Amino acid sequence: MLLIRCPYCEEERPELEFRNAGEAHIARSVNIAGETDDDFEKFFFIRSNPKGIIYERWRHMHGCARFFNAVRDTVTDKFVMTYKAGEPKPSKLPGVAK
Amino acid sequence: MSGAFRIPGAGRFKQAKTARFSFDGQSYAGIEGDTLASALLANGVHLVGRSFKYHRPRGILSAGAEEPNALVEIKRDAARKTPNVRATVQELYDGLDAQSQNRWPSLSFDVGAVNDIASPLFSAGFYYKTFMWPKAAWKSLYEPKIRAAAGLGVSPDQPDPDHYSSRYAHCDVLVLGGGAAGIAAALAAAETGMRVILADEQAEFGGSLRFETGAKIDGQDGFAWAQGTIAKLSAMDNVRVLSRTTAFGYYAQNFVGLVERVSDHLKTPGHDLARERLWQIRAKRVVLASGAIERHMVFADNDRPGIMLAGAARTYLNHYGVAVGKNVGVYTANDSAYAAAIDLKKAGVNVAAIIDLRDNPTGPVIDEARALGIEVNFGRAVIRAGGKLRVSSMTVQPKNGGGERTIPVDAILMSAGWTPSVHLFSQSRGKVAFNDETKRFVPGTYAQDCVSVGACNGTDGLSATVDEAYAAGAKAAKDAGAKIAKGTKPKVDASESWSRGMLGAAPGAGPDTTVKAFVDFQNDVTAKDIRQAVHEGMRSIEHVKRFTTNGMATDQGKTSNMHGLAIAAETLGKPIPEVGLTTFRAPYTPVTFGAIVSHARGPLFDPTRSTAIHPWAEAQGAVFEDVGQWKRAWYFPKAGEDMHAAVDRECVAVRKTAGLFDASTLGKIEVVGPDAAKFMELLYTNPWEKLEPGRCRYGIMLREDGFIYDDGVVGRLAPDRFHVTTTTGGAPRVMNHMEDYLQTEFPHLNVWLTSITEQWAVIAVQGPKSRDIIAPLVEGIDMSDEALPHMSVREGRICGVPTRLFRMSFTGERGFEVNVPVDYGQAVWEALWAEGQKHGAAAYGTEAMHVLRAEKGYIIVGQDTDGTVTPNDAGLDWAVGKKKPDFVGIRGMARPDLVAKGRKQLVGLKTRDPKVVLEEGAQIVEDPKQAIPMKMIGHVTSSYWSENCGRSIALALVAGGRDRMGDTLYVPMPNGVIEVEVTGMVFFDERGGRLNG
Ligand SMILES: [Zn+2]
Repeated sequence: MLLIRCPYCEEERPELEFRNAGEAHIARSVNIAGETDDDFEKFFFIRSNPKGIIYERWRHMHGCARFFNAVRDTVTDKFVMTYKAGEPKPSKLPGVAK
Repeated sequence: MSGAFRIPGAGRFKQAKTARFSFDGQSYAGIEGDTLASALLANGVHLVGRSFKYHRPRGILSAGAEEPNALVEIKRDAARKTPNVRATVQELYDGLDAQSQNRWPSLSFDVGAVNDIASPLFSAGFYYKTFMWPKAAWKSLYEPKIRAAAGLGVSPDQPDPDHYSSRYAHCDVLVLGGGAAGIAAALAAAETGMRVILADEQAEFGGSLRFETGAKIDGQDGFAWAQGTIAKLSAMDNVRVLSRTTAFGYYAQNFVGLVERVSDHLKTPGHDLARERLWQIRAKRVVLASGAIERHMVFADNDRPGIMLAGAARTYLNHYGVAVGKNVGVYTANDSAYAAAIDLKKAGVNVAAIIDLRDNPTGPVIDEARALGIEVNFGRAVIRAGGKLRVSSMTVQPKNGGGERTIPVDAILMSAGWTPSVHLFSQSRGKVAFNDETKRFVPGTYAQDCVSVGACNGTDGLSATVDEAYAAGAKAAKDAGAKIAKGTKPKVDASESWSRGMLGAAPGAGPDTTVKAFVDFQNDVTAKDIRQAVHEGMRSIEHVKRFTTNGMATDQGKTSNMHGLAIAAETLGKPIPEVGLTTFRAPYTPVTFGAIVSHARGPLFDPTRSTAIHPWAEAQGAVFEDVGQWKRAWYFPKAGEDMHAAVDRECVAVRKTAGLFDASTLGKIEVVGPDAAKFMELLYTNPWEKLEPGRCRYGIMLREDGFIYDDGVVGRLAPDRFHVTTTTGGAPRVMNHMEDYLQTEFPHLNVWLTSITEQWAVIAVQGPKSRDIIAPLVEGIDMSDEALPHMSVREGRICGVPTRLFRMSFTGERGFEVNVPVDYGQAVWEALWAEGQKHGAAAYGTEAMHVLRAEKGYIIVGQDTDGTVTPNDAGLDWAVGKKKPDFVGIRGMARPDLVAKGRKQLVGLKTRDPKVVLEEGAQIVEDPKQAIPMKMIGHVTSSYWSENCGRSIALALVAGGRDRMGDTLYVPMPNGVIEVEVTGMVFFDERGGRLNG
């Protein structure tokens, strides 16, 4: 069982309290009704599936109930860092070589 | 006397009490402290089981958890029968009742042993080859026969009456393994004051100190030092010592699963004692001190009872005081077996000969053996064992060929060397590295905050082990945050040491194809099988393993993996590391379901939710159905009524007078805040800004892909307050969906969401008399049609308690839903019920509710929709706000496929024969005479007998359904084709006049 740091509660809590909510940093267009089929396809269906670093949304379901973002390594399952929803994608990751 | 093979003065249980036990119905005496294996051996019993595939007689190979052969059933009573218990691990208690397994009619005469003769049929890959065709024979012939003939034990057929407990724990340093290394590491960590947990699978700590009588630490016998140090550690507040506790799984971030066997060793486990306790420990640092496991020699008939690991024989002698024979032979490829021979010889057992495969080994143990007068032969191999139910001889030959000599023996002690136990390290995702010099896989790259010490790290010798372990324990504590270190390292005064040995098949393993030289005893895999797998094209060890099943038994190849790998590598002509080692998986040893499940069984398996009105429904004799975690009243049968009769009566009563229905399970969410209406506009397809407070609207929620996600009636209580209802099953995910959008896409909206499902009990009162039933109990709400029209909501009081009174209908009749605080739910229900009785109202359940709504063509999300249905498909276009610039699903709904012609649309179906009720899920075709497979154009989603309509009714999703009104379609069923007519979805009161009736 993983330990996940909730950026709102500011502590590590067991995985059981959390729920994954898919890939992060995929913004819904403010003019979604006017989007082309291609743009909507990219927004709604296409997801990256990297071997290595992935940016994900998680929810502290059985805690503060907040959605937040996490950087996780899909090979080791390790969480590199977590940060609040709405914050930009981190440019530097602790302990990860570029 | 506790057995003829118990040696007076030997062993550590000199004052022990006698414990009587039975094996296959025969009564024996052992002593407290024995394992079942040591007690059997003390009585000269070596034959304890039959093998999995060939039903060969098997004995006791080891003295620990690695045991592949000595699996027995332990029976306490009819419900407490545990199969596949390793006799080497089961502690003896007075009255223990054990049975051998996998034999019929008896252990010494087993009919299944014919498999041994017919063995060409069971060669490697036999499952894949022999039993392929005909397919039908699998079910009727092959599988039952194989299951009966090849199998391990019989599972109990009664519920497990024992209880199990579960604990979570945190510590700074977790030490796994309580031999010299583990104890030294735990001591060093404990002396810093950090929180330490030390666990070992045995009843007593000490590991190999149990048999290494040459070890001296801090001036004491090694085993005595271990007991003294454990006593010291146990007395420390910062240390928890767990014996009989196996670490079975090493998971992410130093999370380790352990099972403690609490009462399996007790004669009469107290009722208050759990049988086992599951420990889930999170450690800052883990020290792995899991030791090493001795390998057997691979030679012909090396599985005969009486042939065992040398270290095991030594354990039986030095720890339990039991000689494994009177005239033993030794077959070895390393030094450690000499120590066993020496100890046995000194105890008065005749050692017939030591056969050493090595050419000219030298060392003190060899000299000592010779000095004791033991015959020692170098460069020779045991090419086969004689005897069947017990080994009777060993046949020896120079390893490069030459004259044979047969030596009578009643036991053979063997040692091919020691394999570091890297199981837990491998489970931690660490990568092992092959040491070419010592031919061992040892921990290489670490993936977690752990360290391996002692034999599991490939460290040889007690002195080096204690040094390494003590330093590692101190460092682990420091890394976990320790500030001080004040202990003294234990001093090793004398130790035994050996390494090396051999991997793979010895000369006695073939090449003759009729030879059975076992690599994996439990799965009956021979050296020949592994060679054959390579010859048949298997290249990777993962393939060889699956083809031969080597290492795939319940012992996970603890003794066999390295031999199997070496034989495959040799046959392939490749170095061992290139063929690879299989990854070890949890559990290290089998774990009971009881330990994992613990109290989460029966009623505690999953939470049960029941409503405030549940006790009333129960008292009325309602039949309940499960809807998610909810128990819902399904129907209320009167005396003599079956379900059909009850539902018909309930449905008629609602339309004739009135019915009461417990709708409390409906999901309810309060959406509150200055931007509540804006938020509702975005989350639902309907327009909300202009909905007046006090009015309700049927809302549809979509996913972003444009498909229906949920629906429900929403009442606007105030400009900034909406009372939203959801489907019973949808409440949690709708709440999650709303929170997701509110927190991440629309965080600028000033809105709060609160789940109020469990705050309000909901009583639906539906039917022409509904107002007459409610009105006398209501205060402060004008119940007239003008003041409270259909689809409106008022706050007031009923029976003196607050209510949110909805005028709404899921039946098509005049109807109300009375929300009251949940604590008053049953009282208000009973008051309404009393009023209802004056008018002849009935209580109705979910089945009648379903029928009534289907009569009106009201859909149920999740039954008439399946996640691929749009509002248009469901005929609900009217509920989509056409002028809205945005809502979740607006773009998805416009995708080309979702607006294309010919989509499946929800329609009604009437069977030509009104008495025939369609089956839900049945497929629909245009032409029933077409060839199979037919083109299916839709399926039935809802289907009922409607007593109110006097006929069957159904809803269905049919391609282009709304263009087929009046068409005839067909539903092919096993008993014939059913003819149906496509109709509208409303079967009763099409004009809707009854809403105000
Ligand atoms: Zn949190």
